[in-house]
Amino acid sequence: MQETINITINKKPVEVEKGTTVYQAARKININIPVLCYMELEDMGVKHNPGGCRVCVVEVEGVKNLMPSCVTKCWDGMNVKTNTARVLNARKTVVELILSDHPFDCLICAKNGTCDLQKMAQDLGIREIHYQGEQSTYREDTSPAIIREMDKCINCRRCETMCNDVQTVGALSGINRGFEAVVAPAFEQNLEHSPCTYCGQCVAVCPTGALTEVDHSNHVLRALADPQKTVVVQTAPAVRAALGEEFGMEAGTLVTGKMTRALRDLGFDYVFDTDFAADLTIMEEGTELLDRLNKHLNGDKNVKLPILTSCCPGWVSFFEHHFPELKDIPSTARSPQQMFGAVAKNYFAEKINKNRKDLVVVSIMPCVAKKYERSREEFANNGDSDVNYSITTRELSHLIKQANIDFNTLEDDDFDKPLGESTGAAVIFGTTGGVIEAATRTAYEIHTGKNLEKVDFEELRGMEGIRKASVDFDGQEIKIGIAHGLGNARKLLENIKQGKSEFHAIEIMACPGGCIGGGGQPLHHGDSSIIKARQKAIYQEDAGKKIRKSHENPFIKELYEEYLGKPGSEKSHDLLHTHYFDRKKRWIKK
Amino acid sequence: MAKIKSLDDLKKMQSDLQSKINIREQGENPESHVQIKVAMATCGIASGAKEIMDFLINATGKRNLDVVVTQTGCMGYCHSEPTIEVNRPGEDPVIYGDVDVKKADEILEKHVKRGELVDGIIPVTHKTIDETK
Amino acid sequence: MHLLVCGGSGCHASANGDIAKALNEALQLSGLNDEIQVVTTGCFGFCEKGPIVKVLPDNTFYVEVQPEDAEIIVQEHIIKGRKVEKLLYKDPEKDEKISDSAKMDFYKKQIRIALRNCGVINPENIDEYIAREGYQALGKVLGELGDQKTIETMKQSGLRGRGGGGFPTGLKWQFANTNQSDEKYVVCNADEGDPGAFMDRSILEGDPHSVIEAMTINGYAIGANLGLVYIRAEYPLAIKRLKKALEQAKEYGLLGKDVMGSGFDFDIQLRYGAGAFVCGEETALIHSMEGQRGEPTVKPPYPAESGFRGKPTNVNNVETFANIPVIINKGADWFAKIGNKKSTGTKVFALAGKVNNVGLIEVPMGTTLREVIFDIGGGIKDGKKFKAVQTGGPSGGCLTEKHLDTPIDYDNLIEAGSMMGSGGMIVMDEDDCMVSVAKFYLDFTVEESCGKCTPCRVGNKRLYEILHKITEGKGEPEDLDKLRNLSSVIKETSLCGLGQTSPNPVVSTMENFWEEYEQHVKEKKCAAGSCKNLMSYHIIEENCVGCTACARKCPVNCISGEKKQVHKIDQELCIKCGNCMDVCKFNAVEII
Repeated sequence: MQETINITINKKPVEVEKGTTVYQAARKININIPVLCYMELEDMGVKHNPGGCRVCVVEVEGVKNLMPSCVTKCWDGMNVKTNTARVLNARKTVVELILSDHPFDCLICAKNGTCDLQKMAQDLGIREIHYQGEQSTYREDTSPAIIREMDKCINCRRCETMCNDVQTVGALSGINRGFEAVVAPAFEQNLEHSPCTYCGQCVAVCPTGALTEVDHSNHVLRALADPQKTVVVQTAPAVRAALGEEFGMEAGTLVTGKMTRALRDLGFDYVFDTDFAADLTIMEEGTELLDRLNKHLNGDKNVKLPILTSCCPGWVSFFEHHFPELKDIPSTARSPQQMFGAVAKNYFAEKINKNRKDLVVVSIMPCVAKKYERSREEFANNGDSDVNYSITTRELSHLIKQANIDFNTLEDDDFDKPLGESTGAAVIFGTTGGVIEAATRTAYEIHTGKNLEKVDFEELRGMEGIRKASVDFDGQEIKIGIAHGLGNARKLLENIKQGKSEFHAIEIMACPGGCIGGGGQPLHHGDSSIIKARQKAIYQEDAGKKIRKSHENPFIKELYEEYLGKPGSEKSHDLLHTHYFDRKKRWIKK
Repeated sequence: MAKIKSLDDLKKMQSDLQSKINIREQGENPESHVQIKVAMATCGIASGAKEIMDFLINATGKRNLDVVVTQTGCMGYCHSEPTIEVNRPGEDPVIYGDVDVKKADEILEKHVKRGELVDGIIPVTHKTIDETK
Repeated sequence: MHLLVCGGSGCHASANGDIAKALNEALQLSGLNDEIQVVTTGCFGFCEKGPIVKVLPDNTFYVEVQPEDAEIIVQEHIIKGRKVEKLLYKDPEKDEKISDSAKMDFYKKQIRIALRNCGVINPENIDEYIAREGYQALGKVLGELGDQKTIETMKQSGLRGRGGGGFPTGLKWQFANTNQSDEKYVVCNADEGDPGAFMDRSILEGDPHSVIEAMTINGYAIGANLGLVYIRAEYPLAIKRLKKALEQAKEYGLLGKDVMGSGFDFDIQLRYGAGAFVCGEETALIHSMEGQRGEPTVKPPYPAESGFRGKPTNVNNVETFANIPVIINKGADWFAKIGNKKSTGTKVFALAGKVNNVGLIEVPMGTTLREVIFDIGGGIKDGKKFKAVQTGGPSGGCLTEKHLDTPIDYDNLIEAGSMMGSGGMIVMDEDDCMVSVAKFYLDFTVEESCGKCTPCRVGNKRLYEILHKITEGKGEPEDLDKLRNLSSVIKETSLCGLGQTSPNPVVSTMENFWEEYEQHVKEKKCAAGSCKNLMSYHIIEENCVGCTACARKCPVNCISGEKKQVHKIDQELCIKCGNCMDVCKFNAVEII
């Protein structure tokens, strides 16, 4: 049995388990101690409590100094006061100090309204900064996906925890000391010259405007206003499960219909769905899986297993940077965003008689890495990218607000055809476990030739960082691994490298939770229940779909019949597959 | 060197080493076996102890003085670096501060050879652990 | 026969003439000048009774000697062999005269325990260490005492951490001993960083084996098989000697596999620090050794629970370790008798600043600041007035006249608003401006803060900026309130010891020299004459003879005036270099 401890906070008694922090104990009795650097995504393996900002300090009887409640563990008989004049003065002074080294351009900051520091200043009623002096200045660092404006960095170091501990990417860490301390890539290089995968988890947790996505919404507005251009939009599955939050809706509210309506109102000529391409991905990736699996079962020693999914650009960058020796293992299938782009710019442009250069493809993504992915040279034709602009869920919400659209009262609308039709299998691409479940639904039926009675593979669902499951393919056991968060992916990759992997197929998504927890989503502010609610919504959308297996999507069938031939055909390879690069040499001088 | 295996080994070794020192100190020819220690910690070296050490080694050799010149750590007299300690058998050790080559030469000629003290002595102002009851 | 005459600056100041000269003259008159040499010496460390003359070889110690006493010393003592009664020291308690300096050890304010071998043995020769009881403590621990009795001895000795915090060493060892683990570590903190402190370097350079022996004892006591010395890379000589000592100890079987045939394995490795002050903080030090960024983490967990590589680790500093073999050899009671009840043993200080005998000293706990500064230190340089003494480095504070008789120990210093720190002790005189002193230390802290927590990273910077503003003559009355509030918030909210103590120099100078702050802010004056923006040079009309010397020396040509006419300084142009004052022979330049 867990040992319990009794403590008193602001004269209220509370019983907690041993090991509970004062902050957690206080929350239990609805005392909200403000925190700034602290962040914990419960049940998702993300915890950051360096005790660095010192905003959460409290008075503990018998202790000389104030103690940081986020790291201080309760002891029996502890008497805590969270709001004495001494605490409030210290807390205000600390926040004033942070503000004294922070630019005052809140009104034009990307985080205006969603900034934790801004909210803190507001909550503490700060009206004057008593301590003013020199402010730190750094050059701005712009990459294809992420902008670093370190003038706004408050050294909470959340990004460092995400980048190093959770993602094990190691692009960002604390450098310099004292007043010059800041988080940066090694040697203060630009992100582009670091092993950054653009997964965007740093952006997702940054409390201020120090780390933000590269904003492409103005480019989109310009394209929409250009009469020469036909503008096509695709929306990723996780966007519809989160966009509502930007308009005050409860987390987990599905807004597929309203989103479609809003996109149309914004002036997009065709409102399509990345989910269509997700179904296409299943066809290509599933075929590749079965192909490799059959060869393996027939005793081919050269075939490489497990096959790894390849729809996540952060993950692709990760193995290109950190495990280039394994670059032959992941599926060669492009991500849904890029498959969509290729189909739109070739098949669809032809279909509507447009030059591909006059067709502008915009993607709405829960992700910042997609911005980088779309800029990769291999995904362009004579300089014309298959996907012209990729904007995040957050950027879309700004576009909607700018266009005076009252999102909450919009009527539901449908996607356009043909590239807007999708199945339930495609929807679940938005969550961890979804891609492999979708693939299983299709691979099972193709491999066994039997109809799958129950399409829900509960064993593949969940939030644990690494999950294992076995699926019975009519007597043939298929071992499946799932990892989300690149740190978890690393563990599986190390096993593969050492030849110890037991799996036939592995799904990897870079962000904790998968795309629903992506770097381009509405900010979760450390509340993991938001991400869990989005996951629920995704499965709800899947359950509500009439067709729930990718290979049954009629427009997919049509695309193959009309244009591609069959999965894995030469044309498919040309348009829907890719190859990978060793990027280690970019940042490690040999 | 055989490994030391016990406390008794150590104690025996200590007494052997000490009697060696005693022989040196109570030798028949008191003019020989003078020991000069030069404080050669970073601070001493920085203020010139290395030059003094070199001078003493060379000069004692040239002048045929039977003097052992060794290095030691910081004596603590930062105000008077470089410092050296002169040990004549049977006499209390004498520490000199602010030693330059001229002073070192004088110490060799007067103190080492004739037992005459020269200016610049630093009186010992501390007790050792053995003097502390 | 020799007559030793104290030539220390302290005695010079109190003597009205040249005793050595008088003695020589007296000897010459008696025709003894060939047989008896008069030799001048450094300070005897008994300045309150100076000037001092010592007669060799009979060790007679004469106090408060004046030049006119020369003749009687020669006539009575040297010629007739009778001691000069009136010049002998009189014990105030027993009311008896003491003539033999060997019986006068009481005036020797220092006891060398940690420094016992420094300047005595050749640090590169293990035999010399062994000849002085070296490694016998280790033998005793391995053979007789065992871990529990060793820890008990440490506890009874009352030894507290010499790195500054003053945590009881025995208790620390006990924690590390009690925490079970497959691996444990001993760490020697040799990341000495206080400005002006160098006792750890001196010990490692002068007596490396004492640290090796103590670490091995520590390893045995807590159950660790690996020791790590975290040493500044800027200490090349200490590193060299330590490495050599490690080799010798291994060769003798005193370190490595099967130490002294006991079956206990212990090895010591070196880790080099790059000179970050914060890495003297034990958690930061451990992170630095692990290849992490050198910054502290919140305690608990303490290293004794989760230290190097997450294993129980005992961290002690060099000076602490250097005491340990003596404690084991001489016994806990012997050690506990030295010093105070709560602070036992001795403390090494690097005595520096405006004091005559700067140096590395080791005094029993409980020695007063006055004894250190005026007896051992020989008083203030150039006969100036004592103003303050700074202890504890950047974490300490400035103590003043009223604290001079405070016995030095951990608790008294904290109560007085300073702290022991690692043992820097800087003496200041009337020419030192206390606002500037506080600013100097803050400058250091701002530079050395790791930047992890807000109050230290930004708060100290702001403190520094306010102090700078005040020394520039731009201070406003509310700045003083800001200094107060900010200092207290930084102290009570910072993450580690660095931030929690960094405002001490400000707080203590504000406490003890409040009027100086007020003067800077309200009158825009710096009485010590060290804040350039707060002073101006003026020519005193009555004294100026118009020699033009100042005008010729002025680097910016801001002094005008005809020959033989009173000169004038253009305040707008003056850069306050002070050349005019230095060159004036008529005392016609003053600072206002």
